[in-house]
Amino acid sequence: MSSAKSLTIVQLYARDMNIYGDNGNVLVLKKRAEWYGYDVRVIEYNPNDEFPKDADIIVGGGGQDSGQDIIQADLLRIGPTLKKLAEDETPMLVICGLYQLFGKFFKTQDGHVINGIGLLDVETTAGPERLIGNIVTHSEQFGDIIGYENHSGQTFLGSGVAPLGTIVRGAGNNGQDDYEGARYKNVIGSYLHGSLLPKNPAIADWLVEQAAVRKYNDFTGAAVDDRFATLAREHALKRPR
Amino acid sequence: MAKPYSVLMGKAVRYLARLRGGGSALPGLFVETIDKSFVADTLAQLPQGVVLVSGTNGKTTTTKMVVELLESQGLRVFTNRTGSNFSRGVAAALLGEIDARGKLRADIAVLELDEAHAVHFVATVPPRYSLLLNVMRDQLDRFGEIDTTAGMLERIAQATTHTVVVNREDARLRAIANKLPAKNTRYFGLDTSLRKQFPNDDELHGGARAQDSLPDADVLLQSADRDAAFLIDDNVVQTALKLRGVYNIFNAAAALALTRAVVGEAIDQPALIAKLATIEPAFGRGETLTVGGQPCELVLVKNPAGFRLSLQSFDPAGYATMIAINDNYADGRDMSWLWDVDFTSLQEQSVAEVSGVRAYDMALRLQYDGVAVAALHVNTDLSRGLDSFLTHNKNTPKRIYCTYTAMLALRRELAKFTTVKEVV
Repeated sequence: MSSAKSLTIVQLYARDMNIYGDNGNVLVLKKRAEWYGYDVRVIEYNPNDEFPKDADIIVGGGGQDSGQDIIQADLLRIGPTLKKLAEDETPMLVICGLYQLFGKFFKTQDGHVINGIGLLDVETTAGPERLIGNIVTHSEQFGDIIGYENHSGQTFLGSGVAPLGTIVRGAGNNGQDDYEGARYKNVIGSYLHGSLLPKNPAIADWLVEQAAVRKYNDFTGAAVDDRFATLAREHALKRPR
Repeated sequence: MAKPYSVLMGKAVRYLARLRGGGSALPGLFVETIDKSFVADTLAQLPQGVVLVSGTNGKTTTTKMVVELLESQGLRVFTNRTGSNFSRGVAAALLGEIDARGKLRADIAVLELDEAHAVHFVATVPPRYSLLLNVMRDQLDRFGEIDTTAGMLERIAQATTHTVVVNREDARLRAIANKLPAKNTRYFGLDTSLRKQFPNDDELHGGARAQDSLPDADVLLQSADRDAAFLIDDNVVQTALKLRGVYNIFNAAAALALTRAVVGEAIDQPALIAKLATIEPAFGRGETLTVGGQPCELVLVKNPAGFRLSLQSFDPAGYATMIAINDNYADGRDMSWLWDVDFTSLQEQSVAEVSGVRAYDMALRLQYDGVAVAALHVNTDLSRGLDSFLTHNKNTPKRIYCTYTAMLALRRELAKFTTVKEVV
């Protein structure tokens, strides 16, 4: 393929925040964009690196508590850059730990407050138990969203964000209201692992499309064989919590 | 010694359970309910105490090796051979071994325990020796975080009265060992040349990190080609092995170091190495069955690091490959881990059959790594998947990568075609 069009995916803190297979999200974005005819470059961003100038899609994952400690100061440092990119319609996907830290703060069990970058109008408090298991949510735009959640933080949405989906089965943001995830402009935050994008290609395609439209003012997809994704979704829906 | 009534009643329940068939842990659960100190009291008679094997990967194979190595030194060894690595499994195994008066004819016990159960176990039965193999990303849906698992292993190490044998290549385990008195720790390790074959979870991205200076290893694995070479007391010891896969051979280094710690200066090293050469892998851990005149290997995969190691250890050339992924509680329910395994090494040979409850998750994973799988050969029904695999690959050696419950089911199915050793 000799397309001159290219997209750059920046994977935030690939080294310290990769614990739940969120790697799959990057792979799916890369492959699908390639199938649609784009040259794709993946840049792994780690603490103290210079932030890449040409980020078209930004992806970040979950981490151990220890991983979050390592990246927190650096995230606050690049926070203004990320906010500017978000205002400028850059598509982003942040899962679990980075979803929390893209919010305003994370309050730990002992009342200690870890500051987030406030890109998303959400607040998180450590909960008494981990919310673990298969989860299904629903979004008008993306249909059923299928994944696996594993978090102790309980996240509450402010008025500046919309939920990604409403709960069909599972706990979601906090196990109290009916919401899972958050959206602001082209930014999606979510607790869903699995990884999220392989079994939810509609979200992957939307992220690629936003990136292409933003950069080239144009997006043309191509036929992709999603039979395995469709069947994997069908079987995942039948699994117990 | 345990109370006479619990011994007799426990044995009676074990007899009835065996008549009924199956339920290996049930008598254990029963005896622990009527007599909470049954396991502690029974194990307390052992003159050389209890040895505990724990860690994420390799417990079953390593425990089997340690048992056989200690036997080569003339010790009578009790172990929980069933692979039921919960406390009730130990109780059930004890009921089978003790006589009617509760007497256990053994010198030492070597027990494989699941990390979470080991933490409770050591509170009542402090082990004399313990072996910490590794901490890897596994069962995050049970334990939440790797660091939580490491915390459990630390409590096992702290409860150990004599010696803790530690994998020096694992940074989390080194940190645990550093908090123990130096005279109570021993290490096993890898030669630098082998380290790249053992990628760990922290090095999944961004390459290897700078190594701290490592402590000296009592047993160091130097090479694992056709023969294995170990460095022990500055001498290179070379031997052929029946174990397959470099990670199993590294576990042999662990078993050697633990056996040396237990036996001490009286060790008969020629007998030790001669025994090691004859040890066969534990069931489903690189076990080779013969089906239709062709070898069929079963390789248990439970977590990303283990799956990556297996793919690096076994060359796909000349083999038909099947992958069977279940998502029952014992397998882990979250499929995320498959996305942390690199399957590109299977591109050239492709995968002949994909099965298990999550067959389509696996097929989807292979699709994104450019590994061809025909949709016809993806089947969530394990029995039909196996049947198709055997039928379409009659004249080829076969290898099946499988999760825990898929492995148990496949062994039951394979028993229809070949002799499969019963796990007693």
